[in-house]
Amino acid sequence: MATTPLDALHRRLGARMVEFAGYEMPLQYQGIMAEHNACRTGAALFDVSHMGQAEIAEIQAFSRLVPGDIAGLKPGCQRYTLLLNEAGGILDDLMVANLGSHVQVVLNASRKAADVAHMRGHGVDVTTRFDRALLALQGPKAVEILPEAAMLKFMDASLVRIDGIDCIVTRSGYTGEDGFEIGCAGFDGEALAELLLARGATPAGLGARDSLRLEAGLCLYGNDIDEGTNPVAAGLGFALSKKRLEDGHFLGAAAVNRALAESTAEKLVGIRLEGRAPARTGAEIRLPGGGAVGRVTSGVFSPTLNAPIALGYVRADCAQTGTVLDLMVRDKPLAGTVSALPFVPHNYVR
Amino acid sequence: MSQIFYSKDHEWVAVQADGLVTIGITDHAQSALGDIVFVELPEPGRSVAKGEACAVVESVKAASDVYAPLSGTVAEVNQSIVDEPAKVNAEAEADGWFFKLRLQDPASLAELMDRAGYDEFLGSLA
Repeated sequence: MATTPLDALHRRLGARMVEFAGYEMPLQYQGIMAEHNACRTGAALFDVSHMGQAEIAEIQAFSRLVPGDIAGLKPGCQRYTLLLNEAGGILDDLMVANLGSHVQVVLNASRKAADVAHMRGHGVDVTTRFDRALLALQGPKAVEILPEAAMLKFMDASLVRIDGIDCIVTRSGYTGEDGFEIGCAGFDGEALAELLLARGATPAGLGARDSLRLEAGLCLYGNDIDEGTNPVAAGLGFALSKKRLEDGHFLGAAAVNRALAESTAEKLVGIRLEGRAPARTGAEIRLPGGGAVGRVTSGVFSPTLNAPIALGYVRADCAQTGTVLDLMVRDKPLAGTVSALPFVPHNYVR
Repeated sequence: MSQIFYSKDHEWVAVQADGLVTIGITDHAQSALGDIVFVELPEPGRSVAKGEACAVVESVKAASDVYAPLSGTVAEVNQSIVDEPAKVNAEAEADGWFFKLRLQDPASLAELMDRAGYDEFLGSLA
């Protein structure tokens, strides 16, 4: 199994390690609840080096594979976009940053090899930087811990030198909080992490990362979106550029335009459950006293709301906020209500 | 002091003076589960067979079954861990007990491990 450049540090910090996307990753250090709360109230540091960093030299060919206005992305700016297949299905969701000299993408760990093959197959010149480290510093106190990047606003990207280490910093993340994602050479990763921990960040693992992103209403590739998901059904309309939809010059454009025109049979919704028992991935969703109308794709107990929350696909006519649903857990119905996303308000610095 | 036995499913079984046994999960189990947020207990009066799933614990991230370490009838449950699931983390081998069982066969206790045996079993897992 693969390890990240921070592996020795995780073990020194006493992390409980788990397998994720072929990597040994920290699930938690002191505990998911404490790490989650550290991110919501202070600053948490996540190792996300398993994600794939890569450089793209030529933007035009890449642009034909995504529905976002990437060619119009200004230097110093970052954008969330999608790699789509011909049928409009999501091959991956990714961050793209224009760093002036080149464009950087950050790919999901489980998808990075397939993404690179897909891009190269479509004539995109990709240089992988999979040996680099990537740290996520997240929380309302992130900027106090990283004043070197305080000039950035949400979704800005820049080269920043931190205590002599050359980094690519973006003001973004996967928790709904203010914060930064910081890429550096793999051999600098441990020193950078040690520096941020010494400045007061709390180490946090994949467990808290999952509960935080779910509260923030953010999709997890492989759970909430995959090759069979149309971005319209997944509520990712914000990643679709009007201009690109009109010109139609990207893979999957016809399918996405059709989904926009005709709507989709199912929609991704947030659901708040009554009681304390969470509904997990795969739980069937029914209308009270009726038949199946969907399934849960992610579920967790929300530490912030002190209540269970879930994401799932339901029949489009059941997707309205306030719709009462039954989620089947251990053959018993748990009452839930379709809830607006995010579950916990975002706290970005714009 | 009551006698305490342990199962390979990480439950402890304490023999009471009245012949009932008190059952909970071990400190090792609560630590492995992480922050417990929900507990579901069996109905008093329910007959359970050894190895049968009869309670559920949910942590932030995952659900786990608790198995009956021996066969018997549920005599009493600990409502306080339903009201305050974090108690299982804080006091797994004391006030965080799950339920009491009237054993079908008191001699079946011999199928469980003593503390030394359980510690050896934990060592073999590492």
